[in-house]
Parts: sequence; structure tokens; C-alpha cells
Amino acid sequence: MSQSVIQVDKLSKLYRLGEVSTGTISHDLNRWWHRVRGRDDPYAMVGQVNDRSRKGESDYAWALQDINFKVAQGEALGIIGRNGAGKSTLLKILSRVTAPTSGSIKVKGRIASLLEVGTGFHPELTGRENIFLNGAILGMRRHEIRQKLDEIVDFSGCAAYLDTPVKRYSSGMTVRLAFAVAAFLDAEILVIDEVLAVGDGEFQKKCLGKMTDVADSGRTLLFVSHNMGLISSLCKRVILLEEGRLSLDAPASEGVMSYYTHGRSTPYKADFSNRQRPLSGHGATLLAGAVEDLSGVAVAEIDIRSGFQVRMRYRLETDTRTGPFPNFHVTDSAGNYVFVTAPLNTRLLTGSGVYDAVCHIPGYLLNDGTYFIGLALTFMEKGVKVAFFEKDALCVNIIDPIHATLDSDRNGYSGHVPGPIRPRLDWCVSQLS
Amino acid sequence: MRSNPTPSSSRQDWTLVIGPRSGWFELHLADLWRYRDLLWMFVRRDFVAVYKQTILGPIWFFIQPLLTTLTFTIIFSGVAKMSTDGLPPMLFYLAGTTPWNYFATCLTKTSTTFKDNANLFGKVYFPRLITPLSIVVSTLIQFAIQFFTLVIALGWYLLQGADIHPNLSGILIGTPLLILMLGGLGLGCGVIISSLTTKYRDLAFLVTFGVQLAMYATPVVYPLAVAPTEHRFWLELNPIAGIIEAFRSLYLGAGTFSWGLLGYSAGFTTMTLLLGILIFNRVEKTFMDTV
Ligand SMILES: Nc1ncnc2c1ncn2[C@@H]1O[C@H](COP(=O)(O)OP(=O)(O)OP(=O)(O)O)[C@@H](O)[C@H]1O
Ligand SMILES: [Mg+2]
Repeated sequence: MSQSVIQVDKLSKLYRLGEVSTGTISHDLNRWWHRVRGRDDPYAMVGQVNDRSRKGESDYAWALQDINFKVAQGEALGIIGRNGAGKSTLLKILSRVTAPTSGSIKVKGRIASLLEVGTGFHPELTGRENIFLNGAILGMRRHEIRQKLDEIVDFSGCAAYLDTPVKRYSSGMTVRLAFAVAAFLDAEILVIDEVLAVGDGEFQKKCLGKMTDVADSGRTLLFVSHNMGLISSLCKRVILLEEGRLSLDAPASEGVMSYYTHGRSTPYKADFSNRQRPLSGHGATLLAGAVEDLSGVAVAEIDIRSGFQVRMRYRLETDTRTGPFPNFHVTDSAGNYVFVTAPLNTRLLTGSGVYDAVCHIPGYLLNDGTYFIGLALTFMEKGVKVAFFEKDALCVNIIDPIHATLDSDRNGYSGHVPGPIRPRLDWCVSQLS
Repeated sequence: MRSNPTPSSSRQDWTLVIGPRSGWFELHLADLWRYRDLLWMFVRRDFVAVYKQTILGPIWFFIQPLLTTLTFTIIFSGVAKMSTDGLPPMLFYLAGTTPWNYFATCLTKTSTTFKDNANLFGKVYFPRLITPLSIVVSTLIQFAIQFFTLVIALGWYLLQGADIHPNLSGILIGTPLLILMLGGLGLGCGVIISSLTTKYRDLAFLVTFGVQLAMYATPVVYPLAVAPTEHRFWLELNPIAGIIEAFRSLYLGAGTFSWGLLGYSAGFTTMTLLLGILIFNRVEKTFMDTV
């Protein structure tokens, strides 16, 4: 275990909401004058009143509460969570843009940060001058920056615009330059908040590669993103923030899954039998479901190379005329359907009792990523009758251990292979002349 | 890069500890020195901004004091017949406005530090005090141009054989000290104002107005000596009074040069600067939450 370079202890941040000053005395005087006459606040913000944080009749909201974690040297840590979970706040405190309310962060080494889309660039200065400015902001000396200049310019691909004021850059170019500066300047810790989305695909890929290098070279990376694909390919470990609290500190695939399933503990194995409102209809009830490896053990993670099975247990309360058929709905993490599958020979299973339906899904069908499985039971008599349909009932993470497959299956390509499925197909390549 | 720390280095050797508001007296002044390159970058930036924007930028520095001096000459000397200590009015006013403008510009420009840099402050950390410091340094350019104007005017009058006696040795030692005091005082006041106006930005317009008024409470367009003795004490309470009088007596050989007044100004400057830095450090930590 290498030593920690960041240690966060009981970190909390309180933000003041509600009656924040409007920033100008004339507005505040105007507001006061309206209130004196019993009018509404002319500057009240839309939606502010029914804000969830106001329920507790307090004007304060905890953006972060009692956060504790450590980051080891050379680690790539992903920080995930819904909007407003406090990710940016955490990075801002780490970058010393704002101070915590209580608790502390101990850091070893210099931090280069890229917070949200805007950057520390000055619009009037040229790209080159801004590189020096940003280096100086990091506390670097001029000659240190000069050594890195070529690499930065090269990586950003902005060489032609190097002596143009940054105000004439497109937003993508700005991010390119900003990323290059942050990544190449000699900081031991690199902190990146959801900024790469602006760059084009090619550049995102380049950044991803660079960030992998950063982590490999012993520097430490903290990365915030809503793109779970990026997170899982870049980070081995993630922390999940929920409403300001650290709800999970786990390996990436577990964290990503938890992000999708709102923290339900075992999304790959679910028991529906003691629900308050049972999932039932037309005399059928959903009892349980699970994602299992081939030996029947429920697992969260499946190697892309091996097959797995999905199990659904249901009960028919009464005898039925035509046997219902179970069907599974597989969607990707963005909610797009990948496929629906059902057995063909269930018409004769009409008697009451408990049934187990198992579907075998072969290896090299689903691409790597997180998939959801909806469990459903359908009768076909006088039209379609759905007994139950539990959307996204189960969740499975297909992983591609890159280093194991690199040579045989990927022709040495190590990037992300797009698409929801990744079948192995027969190919024929022959030399014609 | 400090990679591969030796295993013997204890886990406690953190390079940075981020905590809630630090104590009043943790000023991290050593940080300022570490970031000196940034100071020069900012100075250069201000310089470039002036020159890139308009050709009139630098010329304006020339024209402005000349026009002001001309106005003063007409109104205060010509119409109001106010004393200029027996000096050519033109020279007298130039010698007053040059140091005054430096002080006033430092003050007004640094007083909007937080407002002007909200964007940058929200993205990156560096010792915030670097920004107002850089303003004080880059305003020296403006000062230099006006100072040059003064020197030319002085030379011209000397060639004409005017009865003026600059104190040459005093100038060499005194000028940097006086500039330091003007800059320090401007910085101190500006930084205090910028911290106090983070809540109400539009109060900043009062600053411009206040500075204009303050000029008349300072012996810029009149010599300190003309003040009736019973009011003089109040004028001398003004810490800039001593500096400007000293400046004028060094360059033009007339006016009240008083070590007592200067000492008072120096003390006042130090206190203001210290207070300013204290408040500024206090505000900078949470300022970003309120924008
Ligand atoms: N300056 C501020 N004043 C008051 N509340 C704030 C301030 N900045 C952030 N907050 C609140 O703190 C909470 C956390 O915000 P934060 O920006 O850290 O979220 P996030 O996890 O980065 O979200 P996103 O995914 O949308 O970027 C939010 O509820 C937000 O409204
Ligand atoms: Mg954010």
C-alpha cells in the first residue's frame, strides 16, 4: 500500500441559503421598501421557496457533511453522485477556492485543478501568456514552465492559435488548453471536475489516455464525472456522494452500479416477496430475481468472456388456462433497450405453484458496461395481459479485464469499444493479390 | 517532481493542511514570496491590457495630469488666487497631483479586487493578496509617466532660471520611501474597502467620489502652510498630507517637510496595511460562497 497523499477528515461545508444579499445596496433597499409596504420580494428567485432544503426552516444547507476518505499516491479516484450531491464543492475545497466549515484536508504535493467549464484564463492574454500565467498560479517558476511549453502546445493542438488572445478561442479549444496545462504542469495531484464534456470525441479520448498516464506515472487523480463509462475505465475506486454525505467508498464497478440503482444494496439479487404492495396481477406474483454466474451464485460483476444467467422466481396463485411466459428486458445504463427475451415453450405450465425461470446469456453478447434487467410475466389470452413488469429490477456490470484480453480479442486496442453488444462473429479476410 | 518519497518520511509531513478559517494572524506571507512570478505575470497583464486596448492608453496618462494641472491653474490659482507657495502654479500642482494620483489610483483600483477577479478566484487558488499587490506595482507605470512629465516641467523651469531648489540628495533617498508609503497606504485602504464592499458592490461608487473629496482635504491644490493654525492640526491628521508635502519640498524646495508628520504617515500606513491584510485574509476564504 503506497502512502496517502490526501486525507480528508470529518469535512463539512455549510452554505447559507435564503436571505442572501442581492449584492447591491439599491436592490436591498428596494426589497426593504417592498416589504415595508407588504409587497412580495421583487428579487425572490423562482423556485427558491419550495426548495427541499428550506423545509427544515433553516437558512442553511449542508453541501458536505462529515466526509472521510484517503487517497493513496498514484490512485485514480472517481467521485460520483447526482446533481447537487456536493462533488464540485468537495473539489473546490480541495483546490482552496473556498474554505470548509469544519474538518480538514491534508495534502501532500501540489494540486492542479480544472474546476467546471470556465478556467483560470485571462481573455486578453494570448494562449502562450496564459500557459505561463497558469503555471505561475500553480506556483511554478518560469523556467520550469518553459520546459513544458512544447508538450502542452502539442497536446492541446492549439499551436496555430498560441499567440492569439484566449477570448477568440472556442470553448472546446479553451478546455483543450486548460486540460493540457493542468495535466502537463508538474503537480502531484490532478483534480478534474466534469469539464471534458465540451471537448470533441477525439480530444476526450486523448484526455482519457493522458489521465491514465498520469495515474500510471505515480501522480494522483481525482475525477468527477457523470459519464460512468469514463469513470469505470479510468478509476479503480470511486466514492459516491449522496446529498452531501459519503454513502459509498468502493471499487469502481460497485460504485457505478450503486449510482445507477440509488444505493440499493444488492441490485444483482432482489427479493420481492415481502413488499408492502406485492408485484402481482392476474393471479401471478413476482417473488425474487438474481443475476448469477454459471454455478448459480449471485454476482454483481460478470466477465465479458463468460456467460451468466438471470433467474426469476414467481408464483401462480391459481390454475390458468394458458401458461404465462416470463420475459426479461435488458436496457443499457442510458435506458436504451438492448433486447427483450422470452422462452418459447411455457404454454403448458398452467398449474398453480412456484416457478423458477432461468435465462442463460452467453459471453460476448453484451458489451462492457452496466445493464439493467426488467422482469416481467405476460399472459397471451384475448390480447396481451401483463401480470407484472418490474422495470430495472436487476443490474449487472459486464467488465472487460483489458489486460487479460488485450492480445487475443482486441488486436491490441485498449480503448472503449462502442455499442451495447459486442458479439464475436465469423470473419473471413483473404488476400486477393 | 517529488515522487517516490522515501519510506522513512513520516505520514505526517503534509505539505498543505486545508481547514476552516484560519486564525487572524496566519497571514501566509511566505506564500506571497513563493508566488512572486505570478505577481510579475499580473503586472505584465495589466501593462499589456493597457497597451493592447488603445493607443490612447499611455498617452492618456500624459494628457490627464496636464489637463488637471491646467484646470487647477486656471481655477485655484487664476480665479481663486490661492497660494502656491510662491512656486509656478503649473509646477506646484504637478508636484501635488503626481503623488496624489498614484495613491488615489492604487486605492480605487484595489478597492474592487474581489469584484473584478470573482471569475478567476472561483477557479484557482493563489494567495489572493497577489492581485492588489500587482495593481500597486503596475500603477507605477502611470506614476512614472506623470513623474516624467513633472521632471520635464521642472527642468524647463530650472532652465528658465526660476527660483526653485530641488533637494537632490533628498530626492534619491526620499522618492522610493515616499512611493512605498503612498502605495502601501493606497493598498491598505483599497484592500479594506474591497473586503467591506463584498456584500454591497455598488457602494464602490462612493469610493471614487470619496477619493475626489479627499483630495481637497489633502494639501494637493494648496500648501499645508496656508491652513490657519487652529485648523492645521486636522489637516495634519490626514496621513497623506505629510507625504505630499515632503514630496513637494524634495522636488520644489518649498513646503513643510516634517519628520514628525512623515513618521506619523509611516506609522499610519503600517497599521492600515496590517489591518487591511488581516481583513482581506478573513474575507478571501469565504468570498466565493457569496458570489
Ligand atoms: N455558493 C453557494 N451558495 C449556496 N449553496 C451552494 C453554493 N454552491 C453550491 N451550493 C449548494 O451545495 C450543494 C452541492 O453543490 P455542488 O455544486 O457541489 O453539486 P455537484 O455534486 O457538483 O452537482 P453537479 O453534478 O450538478 O455538478 C447544492 O445543493 C448547491 O445548491
Ligand atoms: Mg458540479
